[in-house]
Amino acid sequence: MSAVLQLQGVHTHVGDYHILHGVDLEVPEGEVTMLLGRNGAGKTTTLRTIMGLWPASRGAVRFRGEEIHGQATPDIAQRGIAYVPEAMGIFVDLTVAENMVLAARAAARVEDIDRARLEWVFSLFPALKQFWLFPAGKLSGGQKQMLAVARAMIEPRALLLIDEPSKGLAPSIVKNLIAALRELKAQRSTILLVEQNLGVATALGDRVAVMDDGRVIHAGAMAELAADQALQHRLLGLSLGSH
Amino acid sequence: MSNAIPQARFDAVPLILLVVLMAAALPLVGSSSTWLTLTVAGLAMGMIIFVIASGLTLVFGLMDVLNFGHGVFIGFGAYVASSVMVGMADWASADSVMLNLGAIALAMIAAMVVAAALGWGFERVIIRPVYGQHLKQILITMGGLIIGEELIKVIWGPEQTPLPLPPTLRGSFILGDAAIEKYRVLAVVLGLVVFAALAWTLSRTKVGLLVRAGVQDREMVEALGYRIRRLFVGVFVTGSALAGLGGVLWGMYQQMVVPQIGGQTNILLFIVIIIGGLGSTLGCFVGALLVGLLANYSGFLEPKLALFSNIALMVAILLWRPRGLYPVTSR
Repeated sequence: MSAVLQLQGVHTHVGDYHILHGVDLEVPEGEVTMLLGRNGAGKTTTLRTIMGLWPASRGAVRFRGEEIHGQATPDIAQRGIAYVPEAMGIFVDLTVAENMVLAARAAARVEDIDRARLEWVFSLFPALKQFWLFPAGKLSGGQKQMLAVARAMIEPRALLLIDEPSKGLAPSIVKNLIAALRELKAQRSTILLVEQNLGVATALGDRVAVMDDGRVIHAGAMAELAADQALQHRLLGLSLGSH
Repeated sequence: MSNAIPQARFDAVPLILLVVLMAAALPLVGSSSTWLTLTVAGLAMGMIIFVIASGLTLVFGLMDVLNFGHGVFIGFGAYVASSVMVGMADWASADSVMLNLGAIALAMIAAMVVAAALGWGFERVIIRPVYGQHLKQILITMGGLIIGEELIKVIWGPEQTPLPLPPTLRGSFILGDAAIEKYRVLAVVLGLVVFAALAWTLSRTKVGLLVRAGVQDREMVEALGYRIRRLFVGVFVTGSALAGLGGVLWGMYQQMVVPQIGGQTNILLFIVIIIGGLGSTLGCFVGALLVGLLANYSGFLEPKLALFSNIALMVAILLWRPRGLYPVTSR
């Protein structure tokens, strides 16, 4: 399986802080790669570096073999990379419909959005259809997260970067979210998913990369990590058994 | 859970405040004809302030740029219009509504084109190097304003320049006992047209959607694949053109222009965009009308009060709604 995204020796500084210390990472095409690690390990910084929001100070970031390090964020996004930030990035004063129009870059108006694709998104997140014309700020936390993921799904993308979608959500919402991401996985979408919840990671991941102190300290199959409690303890300080 | 979400409702309270202000002024002024004259004058003044300030609020909302040099575009707009009106003296002094309006229209177009071109240069040379640095923005844009004023003196001279109204716009309509100046009616109509055009663009077009989204979270707009810098230049240039148009309206309102016209209106503009809620076009519109009406009512009732009525209004509004009348939620 060829790698859609490759990071080699990536260092990132944010202000005076040296956050990433030589990240090496490969995201294979058509698979879900989980990015795990403790708080402050550098997971969010890795996603932001890929998007060019916090550009790498050193190293290579290649997308489909082409160097994207140093490119502006809009240029990176236009290559077909969707980003769902940890804070969701919802435009709260705009309606759900307007949020979706912005995500569907080819659409000038709601009517221009691919109808079949939109119905598919609605089938995954019915609440979005119900509150289509409501300001997004009025949605609950879980519904906002659904909208954030739905925006990334409204057009086919070559790569989805999703940062902790289950954080702070009720179990029923997390279940809904996992189902939606499984649908994406079934379509052979390529996803790099940051998670703290090992249960979610095991449910979705094909591959896993574990980060600590700004480096990838383990990379392999998700099933291997899921099956090895000792490895989980060593890498993450917890295990599936303890969840 | 779904039923718990409230219906999306328009916040009409600030608009009601406008009506309350007008209604409260009626018994204080006493005469209904004087009240009508003052109200139309206040609305005209408010509309002109709105035309000038609408670009400023979007520029601040979209890129966090504090542009104290906005007055440059007002000044150049007014002076370019005065030159065009001199050049078109035949049309401007003719006893024909069409020729008079034609001269004004050409003056406005020329003012907007020059102000837009100046805005483009101003953004590239002065604003671009200081993105994200508020203190430097204040200092360098104030410097830009001073340079602009001096350039006006070099080109047009330091004295005040007359910008007389064409004959058909002089005088008043008589409505009962009330005299309503014709030019003020024109200013109200033009202000409404600008507001309608801006509201339509912001709510019905993708560019408008991007501007509204960018005001809330510009990083996310970029992450969705849109070049916000390009959008910002467009907004800056449009805002400059509108300031140029506002300069013409303001100059004709005063019937003369001085090189300091931009600096004189600066404080008023910032009061309006703060009252309205930084980045909000509707807030800017309502704030400008409140300022215009209050200035006229207080100027009639208690001239000394008029000097600080705008500051008092700003304090009162911010005590009531600390982020302005129509705050942009995520700011």
